[in-house]
Amino acid sequence: MTNNHPIPQVPGFTAEELVSKIGFCAQLKGGVVMDVVNVEQAQIAEDSGACAVMALERVPADIRKDGGVSRASDPDMIAAIQKAVSIPVMAKVRIGHFVEAQMLESMEVDCIDESEVLTPADEEFHIEKRPFKTPFVCGCRDLGEALRRINEGAAMIRTKGEAGTGNVVEAVRHMRALMSQIRSLRGQDDHVLELRARELRVPTELVAWVAEHQKLPVPNFSAGGVATPADASLMMQLGAEAVFVGSGIFKSGDPVERARAIVRSVTHFRDPRVLVEVSKGLGEPMVGIDISTLPEEQLLASRGI
Amino acid sequence: MANNTQDRSAPIVGVLALQGDFAHHEEALAACGLRTRQLRTAGQLGDVDALVLPGGESTTMLKLLEVEKLWDPLGEALQSGIPIMATCAGLILLSQHVESPSQKSYGVLPLTVVRNGYGRQYHSGTFDLASDVLPKGTTGTFIRAPRITALHGEVEVLARRSGDPVLVRRGQVLAACFHPELTIGHPVTAMFAQMIRARPAAIDYVGASQ
Repeated sequence: MTNNHPIPQVPGFTAEELVSKIGFCAQLKGGVVMDVVNVEQAQIAEDSGACAVMALERVPADIRKDGGVSRASDPDMIAAIQKAVSIPVMAKVRIGHFVEAQMLESMEVDCIDESEVLTPADEEFHIEKRPFKTPFVCGCRDLGEALRRINEGAAMIRTKGEAGTGNVVEAVRHMRALMSQIRSLRGQDDHVLELRARELRVPTELVAWVAEHQKLPVPNFSAGGVATPADASLMMQLGAEAVFVGSGIFKSGDPVERARAIVRSVTHFRDPRVLVEVSKGLGEPMVGIDISTLPEEQLLASRGI
Repeated sequence: MANNTQDRSAPIVGVLALQGDFAHHEEALAACGLRTRQLRTAGQLGDVDALVLPGGESTTMLKLLEVEKLWDPLGEALQSGIPIMATCAGLILLSQHVESPSQKSYGVLPLTVVRNGYGRQYHSGTFDLASDVLPKGTTGTFIRAPRITALHGEVEVLARRSGDPVLVRRGQVLAACFHPELTIGHPVTAMFAQMIRARPAAIDYVGASQ
């Protein structure tokens, strides 16, 4: 018998907050969270086996195409999706826009994504997430971004990837950076951990916890550019515990089949035979973008660091 | 960390791993001295000594049980008399009637359960349990938890939250609306381990003399 709490203690959180917020995120493991823009898509996602939906007005590919300021979605649209499905409903707020977050909490959205996909509202501060009862998920490109978000109260971390491109290369880069930085902390003495903590601008206890346990103290998911079942399995094999799919499903030729296929590819992420089976005859994936052709100001991942 | 016990004679618990928090269950079972095996295909069901149906999204699990052609094999395992523990979504899968919305289930437990019966995630949290069998002060973490609204047959209620049954047992089936794998010391998982160990060992086949 162990007397250790199954949910790790994170500095600044009460045990109860942790178990309720991180416990919620843990229930999504091994699943697929799908971006949906209306009730019909939400129902397709639920019927296909999504473990949650992300309600938003435009998928990242369209946000990218349309330009302009992208904000939290119309409450009516979110409420309609909450009514239409029984799985958890998440929604996005702009980085630093704590009022949009207060609105989503009052609507009892199950999880809030403080997302670089929307136009940031604050160039210096992220939302102070601990006072909220609703769990937050935040994006990261590396360990520093992940731990700063956790220190602000995020209960789940996802890679940023480069949303709306259908190109998984950035999500891979971010997951590899995160995992190798976690490994580099192994066996370091207190002095080194203290220096790292100062560099990353987080409490030493948080860095020491990661060094000892060799993982993040909250669930670690992947997002940004996943377009095929193989992409989803790739992110799982690189260390993700679940996958967000944005434009990849409803911008493809056959969303229903693709949604089902990606759900199976996450459950059987180590079984290439299942991947072959689900990848057959899937139709056209979303059109991808070579990220190196994008000008610097169109990169979403460099928002909110 | 999930260190599976090294005891080669320890019973093997199959943990349904289609989706959900099977990892915390594996850690809790290992802490109780049991070996675990993740179940994703029918072939992995053979020779397990017990089964765990974890929390997660019951609709996702239902979908995958059908797609993976696991619905019938798992149903047979559930009827085989081996000890079974089901939590949250797992309890929904075992119930006789599921409401909000109604969905397919195995009907192993004669009760009615309402999905998300305590509300959305905003209403999730840790609550006191009233129980004669759990250590005093044991709490339960309820996450978008199902609510048992009616019992239709012989079901033993082992714990209640504000009057509602939240931990029930029928024969070899133990089911919780909350998440015992997230509780310090894992008292419910320990109770399940006792159920597994109390079962008479299968008699080894020694072969006929002629």
